[in-house]
Amino acid sequence: MKITMAHGSGGESTSALIKDVFSKYFKNEILDRLEDSAVVEGTGKIAVTTDSFVVTPLVFPGGDIGRLAVCGTVNDLLMSGATPKYITCGAVLEEGLDIELLDKVIASMAETAKEAGVMVVTGDTKVIENRGAEPGLIINTSGIGFIDESKEPVGPYNLMDGDKLIITGNLGDHHAAILGCRMGIEINIKSDCAPLCEIVRRLQDNNIRVHAMRDVTRGGLGTVLNEFASASGCNIELSEEAMPVDSAVKEFCGLLGLDPMYMGNEGKAVISVHKDDAEKALLLIKNAKYGDNAAIIGEVIKNNGSDADNSVVLNTKLGGKRVVGLMYGEGLPRIC
Amino acid sequence: MCVAIPGTVISLNGTKATVDFSGNKVVAEAGLVDVSVGDKVLVHAGCIIQKMDEKLAQETIDLFKEIEDLMV
Amino acid sequence: MIGADIKTIAEQLKNYDGEEVRIMEVCGTHTAAISENGIPSMLSPKIKLISGPGCPVCVTVTAVIDKLVELSMRDDTVVLTFGDLIRVKGSEKSLADAKADGAHVKMVYSPMETLEMAEKDPSRTYVFAAIGFETTVPVYATVLEEAINRKLDNLKLLTSIKTMPQVIRWVVNNGGGIDGFIAPGHVATITGSDIFKDLSEELGIPFVVSGFDGEQLLLTIYALIRMKGQKGIKNLYKSVVTSEGNMKAKEIVNKYFEPSDASWRGMGKIKGSGLVLKKEFEKFDAGSRDLDEDHMPAGCCCASVLVGKIKPNECPMFGKTCTPDNAHGACMVSTEGSCYNYFVSGRK
Repeated sequence: MKITMAHGSGGESTSALIKDVFSKYFKNEILDRLEDSAVVEGTGKIAVTTDSFVVTPLVFPGGDIGRLAVCGTVNDLLMSGATPKYITCGAVLEEGLDIELLDKVIASMAETAKEAGVMVVTGDTKVIENRGAEPGLIINTSGIGFIDESKEPVGPYNLMDGDKLIITGNLGDHHAAILGCRMGIEINIKSDCAPLCEIVRRLQDNNIRVHAMRDVTRGGLGTVLNEFASASGCNIELSEEAMPVDSAVKEFCGLLGLDPMYMGNEGKAVISVHKDDAEKALLLIKNAKYGDNAAIIGEVIKNNGSDADNSVVLNTKLGGKRVVGLMYGEGLPRIC
Repeated sequence: MCVAIPGTVISLNGTKATVDFSGNKVVAEAGLVDVSVGDKVLVHAGCIIQKMDEKLAQETIDLFKEIEDLMV
Repeated sequence: MIGADIKTIAEQLKNYDGEEVRIMEVCGTHTAAISENGIPSMLSPKIKLISGPGCPVCVTVTAVIDKLVELSMRDDTVVLTFGDLIRVKGSEKSLADAKADGAHVKMVYSPMETLEMAEKDPSRTYVFAAIGFETTVPVYATVLEEAINRKLDNLKLLTSIKTMPQVIRWVVNNGGGIDGFIAPGHVATITGSDIFKDLSEELGIPFVVSGFDGEQLLLTIYALIRMKGQKGIKNLYKSVVTSEGNMKAKEIVNKYFEPSDASWRGMGKIKGSGLVLKKEFEKFDAGSRDLDEDHMPAGCCCASVLVGKIKPNECPMFGKTCTPDNAHGACMVSTEGSCYNYFVSGRK
């Protein structure tokens, strides 16, 4: 069965699609009321975020657009120090989309939401005309999370002198997995697409002095750290030696002339913690789900000296220093 | 120019070779070089452009020998 | 020097206090590797590294991009290209701009993919944007040979192929005093190291064929400093580079291509510095001959950068009106371009 324009008519077919695919998996007492708005409980400081997801192919090694849509929004909430609670699901379906595929994606979305401890409380579907290529699917998720006000606030402006920077795992897996699919290279790499709830919770529960967190998505680590450095007015020094990159990703980058420092992930965060808490934090992350390959990769230097230029510098294995700038363009493979 | 990296031929089918790069597999054209399964090869733009001489693989120590005469 | 190690070499390079040495690399992958390894930070200020015309994207004239854009706008034509060519502007548009306007542009990893696409869809013509140096030409020749074997007549190449020896000679005769060349390892894999031996004899400048890892590059730079003022060649990439090169590859190139004059972005026409399809194979040519026009934006110094007369950051547009996100000159567009590499790695 394929999606047709009738599925977007608002009539019988629309209701059937919502019932047979969406409600079936997202079942919970708030959504099931099927009201115009979801009414949820909550007090205190609230974090709100929204993100739209477009990916080709819709299902890729290690995940699919549904899992991605939950992880992206959940991780954004976590990075603000919030505990994610509710998400929404807006789906734009292209005419001709295989309903079995949609079913698979929505099932995966529901499973990921469960894993992340969030409820899908409201949703919407629309159908658009086929644009002449492989029929696509766009998912938007918004999320709400609650912030424990007794904790110190976290944010990119909050880096302190001497902070250690921890990356929660290998760089570049998601980007390499997707690009491998698109370029027809049979890869031995899975997307790292994952919710980082356990990692963040462990740090919070153990009173680790976390100053900033950011999920390393588009633009890669290089881009995130440049944002940190300019927001906090500090320099960042990194060690190439310490940088965790899977050997298959390294080789893949070699093949296409890419740099893991600028490759996107969907289940990795870089976390700036007080230097005295760094070793403990690293251990906590390593023992959490999705934190196996975490590593301390660098430190924050805040001074007023003449070299204070908000730059990110990588100490290379060879013994050189290289400024890691912002990423420009789309990170396209180069070949000759 | 010319991004090219070494991999290992794991199977051959006519002039098509499957080349392994740490678990990533690329089907590469093998018409420009005589290769056998197990050979280490250099691949550029989906084409094997040379077989690597493993005896001469880039051990830095061997490179020092090449420039011995220049050292002071 | 018995028991020398890379640390000793690195120390000598850092503390070098002799006459200034100007070393040019002519391969974009060398340029990128030098940046990635932080090599400039490891050298004495008396050792200058200069990025020459080694990035095929950067030396492609606007007429070629314009032609590709025009082809891609045709209903029955699909243009296939390597990733980094997509963003380079022609006189008006880049292929990325054309794609946004609905043109048929597809990025691929290998030119070999053109064969499958053309075979599957005989109703359209598939044109590969065949840019590159000696390394990539055998791949194009192989595509043609296969196309002939499979009797495909909807596959064409739009070629803009350059060759190294002529442009190196041109740079030496027009540039700012180069003392030694890091010879391109993958070009040499095909051509053999002898072409650089001949060049060295002719120009009286040393050449060292190098691989692409940081240690190899440090040794190469060290060797070139020691060889300054003499002719001579060293091959530090013997695992793939022989003196005669890949004979089979050279044969297939000679079967389909012949030397021609070629236009280089910002540098003009250089005699015999390119390859074009032989007349007998012109039905595979999507219109590559005489694409010489080159619209350089006013004030752009790409030409002087490419020959080493000035460093990227000495161009008045560098980092001001010309940045990777709004590139005027081609050297800023490609991730292999010398301006791009200077910009993102903050080289001053």
